[in-house]
Amino acid sequence: MDRADTDSRIREQIAPFNKKGVTITDGTTFQGDLEFDSLTVMDFVAAIEDEFDIIISMNQQAEIETYGQLVDAVHKQRPDAGTTA
Amino acid sequence: MSDGIMQPDAPEELEGGTADLFSKFDPLIKMREGLLSTGQKDPFSLVMEKVLSPTRAICNGRDTILLGTYNYMGMTFDPQVIEAGHQAMRDFGTGTTGSRVLNGTYQGHKECEDALREFYAMDHAMVFSTGYLANLGIISTIAGKGDYIILDIDSHASIYDGCKLGDAEIVPFKHNDIEAMEKRLKRVPEGAGKLVILEGVYSMLGDVAPLKEMVRIAKEHGAMVLVDEAHSMGFIGENGRGVAELQGVMDDVDFIIGTFSKSVGTVGGFCVSNHPKFEIMRLVCRPYVFTASLPPAVVATAATSIRKLMQGSNKRAHLWENSRRLHSGLKELGFTLGTDEAQSAIIAVIMPDLEQGAAMWEALLEEGLYVNLARPPATPANMTLLRCSLCAEHSEEEVSTILDMFEAAGKATGII
Repeated sequence: MDRADTDSRIREQIAPFNKKGVTITDGTTFQGDLEFDSLTVMDFVAAIEDEFDIIISMNQQAEIETYGQLVDAVHKQRPDAGTTA
Repeated sequence: MSDGIMQPDAPEELEGGTADLFSKFDPLIKMREGLLSTGQKDPFSLVMEKVLSPTRAICNGRDTILLGTYNYMGMTFDPQVIEAGHQAMRDFGTGTTGSRVLNGTYQGHKECEDALREFYAMDHAMVFSTGYLANLGIISTIAGKGDYIILDIDSHASIYDGCKLGDAEIVPFKHNDIEAMEKRLKRVPEGAGKLVILEGVYSMLGDVAPLKEMVRIAKEHGAMVLVDEAHSMGFIGENGRGVAELQGVMDDVDFIIGTFSKSVGTVGGFCVSNHPKFEIMRLVCRPYVFTASLPPAVVATAATSIRKLMQGSNKRAHLWENSRRLHSGLKELGFTLGTDEAQSAIIAVIMPDLEQGAAMWEALLEEGLYVNLARPPATPANMTLLRCSLCAEHSEEEVSTILDMFEAAGKATGII
């Protein structure tokens, strides 16, 4: 599995939370661009955790500000992740 | 669209004044000023000029019914409890001036821990200077770097602060969601230490946790379980030991955290446990070691009160009557409540927004009723709540008066 696959699966999960239809790039920020509040973050993180069957702890969440950082963090946790991460 | 992570964080432009470390509080300062500029009385700076009893005080010169004190069992003016405090102050002085592990353990501290062991029928009890410190100390000491803490997302601030201080991986799950908890437990890496943290009663909505199922699942996954029973001690469960007792899971809970500042009626916190190595906590738990112990009068009142709570079944029954009556009365008046039925001695009335909540709070105070106003970020789902906590000393007539006051204030503010 390459990073692009992780990316597209996260893109599917983010759609229902992207109320304003913001164009998402690796630099898109959750708080600034997507205007996620703490409740949205909670639901969104749970959706990603369930999709990939992983844990994104609050400690990790604190380090993730942009979409690209999320894709990297999720991809790194996938047991089948390739070396392209 | 953002320019991406290559761009350094730009400091926010500030209107007037010099930017300093306090600039991060500007949004809150602004929100507060906005609220108070409408003539609204500040809900967070009320002064009780005189306290008449567990249920009455003089506020703004007015005799006020107290319905937001967590003084569930009304022990604060119990004559025997007061006398124990007087005696201890005369015999042992006003304070210990020292840590529990140095010069701060008096006879009274041991007697207080004895009373707790008896109350909970458990092997070990450790008294802290506050309930906040009990959570901070126990959680941060037992769950460290590399360990995983699975906790309800609506956990109290002291629980979150304990998690952070200990540097464990913090994994919250949706409030009271058994399946969400189990999924996360399954995902913890093999071999990592696991601690599940739950509360018996959640103080914002006054709802109870499904401890029976959650504790069973936590144990099946090899986790230790800590339950904060701050809002249940004294009146939930056959012996007042809390929700874990009521739901029959006391034997599977590794640590119970509690406080003296609610049903017990003074200040302080504690942890009780049957863990065979528990006593080592007294040497390794920093919030226990590096702070002064409770004053002699406080531990004497706590010990006396705890022993009286063991015989409190009549008071317990009256508290439950009060809680159920207030719940059904408010529901009939048309208020939206945090739970479908009374699950604890906390009844949360959900307000449409902060402005109307603050207006309702002030209208109630003018009627002569004090409740807690709770607002985001302390509340779940960013709700504004008027939290009512009942006392076993509230009379039937007082509960009727309270309902009349809610009706008048609710109509005056247009909430019902």
